Amino acid sequence: MSIPFYVSPEQVMQDKAEYARKGIGRGKSSITLEYEGGILLMAENPSTLSKIGEIYDRIAFAGVGKFSEFDQLRKIGVRYADVKGYAYSRDDVRARSLANAYSQAMGDVFTRELKPLEVEVIVVEVGDPELAGHERNAIYRVQFDGSISDAEGYCVIGGSADELTTFLKGQYKSEMPLGDALRLGRSALQRAAEGQIAVAPENLEVCLLEKARIGRKFRRLSTDEVREYLNA
Amino acid sequence: MKFEGFGGGYQGSSFSELLHVDYPQYRLDWGGFAREGRDALSVPHGTTVLAFKYAEGVLVAGDRLATEGMRVASRDIQKVYATDAYSMMAIAGAAGPAIEMARIMRVELEHYEKIEGEGLEIDGKANKLSQMIRANLPAAMQGLVVVPLFAGYDLRRRQGRLWKFDVTGGRYEEAEFEATGSGGVYARESLKKSHRAGAGRPEAVEIAIQALTDAADEDRGTGGIDTLRRIFPTVIVCSERGIEQVREDELRSTYENVLRSRAERGGA
Repeated sequence: MSIPFYVSPEQVMQDKAEYARKGIGRGKSSITLEYEGGILLMAENPSTLSKIGEIYDRIAFAGVGKFSEFDQLRKIGVRYADVKGYAYSRDDVRARSLANAYSQAMGDVFTRELKPLEVEVIVVEVGDPELAGHERNAIYRVQFDGSISDAEGYCVIGGSADELTTFLKGQYKSEMPLGDALRLGRSALQRAAEGQIAVAPENLEVCLLEKARIGRKFRRLSTDEVREYLNA
Repeated sequence: MKFEGFGGGYQGSSFSELLHVDYPQYRLDWGGFAREGRDALSVPHGTTVLAFKYAEGVLVAGDRLATEGMRVASRDIQKVYATDAYSMMAIAGAAGPAIEMARIMRVELEHYEKIEGEGLEIDGKANKLSQMIRANLPAAMQGLVVVPLFAGYDLRRRQGRLWKFDVTGGRYEEAEFEATGSGGVYARESLKKSHRAGAGRPEAVEIAIQALTDAADEDRGTGGIDTLRRIFPTVIVCSERGIEQVREDELRSTYENVLRSRAERGGA
């Protein structure tokens, strides 16, 4: 019988974390910004495979890293929210509980499985001034090892997250109009794509959670709309 | 990959299947009531609903009464439900299972759209409803019959479409109009005389009010328009612009016109 080599738990965790970070670092970033009318989610994404998706009435999802993995997370998020809303009420579906569930599940994969998830996700909920206890926006970021944090104003995940967060810290203003927020987001993404030509509107995936909408507040902007806002 | 805390391993895009596979505690299943040697379950029943095509699309309407045997169970239940921005469902039969089916249908369509990134075609929606009715067959055998109407605007063919169903999930597309429920026969007779495919919206609303008034006149289970309690039928139209519920003031003035012209004729 062969005796397996001893590897210290610290080493195992470190290796896994490094593996995950490398995978995530190769991809592009995704940005979330609060603006006066709600929450803006955007990502540089030339393909037709979405990185941003609707979860529920007031909740949206953004993922970076390995597509198959974060898309799987998006789908289980939709299932989680729809079942919860069906069993209780639509107002009982909250981003915090979903973000916590993601955190548990992703942390579980990180410790149990040989290969960690090479993804980071953002779960956001837009506030509704009419609904007591739901007035404020919420932004949660969950990392590959399940560590969860909440953000205010803006949040970046993916490749150049640290650099872009520093950039946004200097530039972000609360209650910006949508056009300003979109242009700020684009200039941040452009920074990440340093040296390359300008990030074109057709390579941007932009979705909104609009406070003023009735019912499902998620809306995907068309390339023409994005172009219009960027040029305004 | 299975994730802890997120139900079971269902991977598809159907909400009702998700409930069936991963959340059996929530699934729609009234077939388990063994009632041998007893009378049919006494539950509230919805009565008259109708649907027909008009110039811009399709109109669906229903009265507001629910009966339990000879008794009024509710004077203002809702029998017509929007299932998404371009489709709606009208329920007749056992109110509890029917309303629940409308609720699941609504989540079903939204769920599919979110998981897949695009909505179902209208034929796909009607087919899904047919499967849900078929799954309810054991309960229907116990007396909990649900026979809805389904209607919506087909964005591809650019026209309104409507379907009726039988208890086995049989799905029949109707070219002009259909009505179901205890007063459905009378509503259909009325529609047969007054329906006009080229009718504009105001005329369509009037046709619907005429038919519901006729049904309420002949069928004791169908609720008439109750101006005293301000109870009006639910009337929803669906066109290229999506669904729109007809407002109470429009229904009220249409109803008053109908009553006036009937009085002038010197009869009901």
